[in-house]
Amino acid sequence: MAYVAVKGGERAIDAAHGWLAEARRGDPECPDLSLTQIEQQLGLAVDRVMAEGSCHDRSLAALAIKQARGDLIEAAYLLRAYRTTLSRFGASRPIDTDAMRLRRRISATYKDLPGGQILGPTFDYTHRLLDFALLAGTPPPPAPQATPKREAAPRVTGILAAEGLMRPETASEAAPADLTREPLAFPADRSMRLQALARGDEGFLLALGYSTQRGYGNAHPFVGELRVGEVSIELQPPELDFPIDIGDITVTECQMVNQFAGSKTEPAQFTRGYGLSFGHSERKAMAMALVDRALRARELGEEITAPAQQEEFVLLHSDNVESTGFVEHLKLPHYVDFQNELEKLREIRADALRNAAE
Amino acid sequence: MTTAAGYNFGYLDENSKRMIRRALLKAVAVPGYQVPFGSREMPLPYGWGTGGIQVTASIIGPDDVLKVIDQGADDTTNAVSIRRFFAKVAGVATTERTAEASIIQTRHRVPEAPLREGQILVYQVPMPEPMFRLEPRLAETRKLHALADYSIMHIKFYEDIARTGHIATSYNYPVMVDDRYLMSPSPIPSFDNPKLHRMPALQLFGAGREKRIYAVPPYTKVRSLDFEDHPFQPIRADGTCALCGSRESYLDEIVTDDRGGRMFICSDTDYCGTRAAGQEAAE
Repeated sequence: MAYVAVKGGERAIDAAHGWLAEARRGDPECPDLSLTQIEQQLGLAVDRVMAEGSCHDRSLAALAIKQARGDLIEAAYLLRAYRTTLSRFGASRPIDTDAMRLRRRISATYKDLPGGQILGPTFDYTHRLLDFALLAGTPPPPAPQATPKREAAPRVTGILAAEGLMRPETASEAAPADLTREPLAFPADRSMRLQALARGDEGFLLALGYSTQRGYGNAHPFVGELRVGEVSIELQPPELDFPIDIGDITVTECQMVNQFAGSKTEPAQFTRGYGLSFGHSERKAMAMALVDRALRARELGEEITAPAQQEEFVLLHSDNVESTGFVEHLKLPHYVDFQNELEKLREIRADALRNAAE
Repeated sequence: MTTAAGYNFGYLDENSKRMIRRALLKAVAVPGYQVPFGSREMPLPYGWGTGGIQVTASIIGPDDVLKVIDQGADDTTNAVSIRRFFAKVAGVATTERTAEASIIQTRHRVPEAPLREGQILVYQVPMPEPMFRLEPRLAETRKLHALADYSIMHIKFYEDIARTGHIATSYNYPVMVDDRYLMSPSPIPSFDNPKLHRMPALQLFGAGREKRIYAVPPYTKVRSLDFEDHPFQPIRADGTCALCGSRESYLDEIVTDDRGGRMFICSDTDYCGTRAAGQEAAE
């Protein structure tokens, strides 16, 4: 009877999982997608999943994308749930993005600068016309080759700092907080904040960053520099007095330069917003840099008026694994609470109707 | 008794479990106080019981017998999913009988049958902060708890009464624990609130997404917030269970047709099933 129909069951779950597996595979006549294909040809999806899953492993990210049927938030969640079970045997030294082997490096503040502008593989100046040659599977013509310049490419913020125009950041040898082990506490320190933003949802940060450009937060940003390339990861074991290079990863770094009017205690100068993301993900790094700068309002003594400047609002809602879980939990049964609401509403209405009749 | 290959007993690694147990000890020592903890990503989504699952994973041992309920029932899909998860990663015995369980993980209900000493009731909590609708900033609510300043909640109740004649909260009805901390009992119906008071079993509350743990130790005073002239009144549908005939238990309303037909059945399936079986045996 009705009772059976309302309550779920183990058999239903098993059947649903079976159906899901079939739906994921699609038409069996069509060749199965290999992880290498995903890694190679859907590379930016892999990068996004690594960033939001906060785990740098291209093949695991590709597996997650395949298993999630291309749902990138679901894929980031699969990767997170895996990474949380891994034991932690150490922390790497801070990466040196000055020494990055550049694939792309642009500055919007200087026409030319040491190290030059390197356009690299970008959608920026493409015309967004559907390319029907891809439909036909035609291989692209070979790109022109050149020998990479081995010129140093110092960061733009450093150039400004040398002139005293950039607000200096204080270096710290203190061990940074670890968001994956400790809960966020407010006010959050900048290391915690940047960790949260680095794994934050690209769409959410994009919208917040955009809002600061549209008057919600009084931002005047310039892309001081955006660079993409490979950096070495070095580990310094406590028993050795020199670091060991354990491999390379690709990262995207964005340093936004912002005006700062100055305050009673500080002269006018430029301030920075910082964005760093795994893989090639310029939109994410730029949005992160805008939001990071907006969140520095308290530290810089600016008036907090806009959502992007409100630390709790931004950091507690940027994680898409958390937000998708809580939004989607509304699909779970709530009939006990709903019953309580029904009875309460009936009681209140009955009173009101009785009073109206009197 | 086998556990899933490649994963530790109870899924979480031992260091994470120890961190959670430390938070639990602090929570028990300060009843009703929300202890922040380093919540981990679990293979079940946030909002689907990760707090309760992490608490259960940290306290469960091979000899435990686990019961999992959602909406009072053992056979709701999410309860089935969580019970299976622990059967897989901890290989523990599971039960649907309230009396046989050593750990009961629950979402939205407290079992009808009284719990006894030695049992642990683990609540899944979506929003641990009872005042979050009135003050969303955690830094602010922390201050209010430190000062035991719960006036905003009293004002909210006062305004409800002024407007409708009733306190408009029906579930997730806030309680004062040990006369000190205002606490969310999780979204249980207010009908269940009196069961929290001086319960012989240990009550643990886990909020995974919000990264908070809190507790009510056995036999602790738990009072639902109210006014002298508007005393707390638990609500229950005025009906009789169509399966076991109970007039005391909390009821689910089942819509039987599109002409206003309704029937009521117990929300607690074990309570209902046990009563119905007893009646059959007596006949």
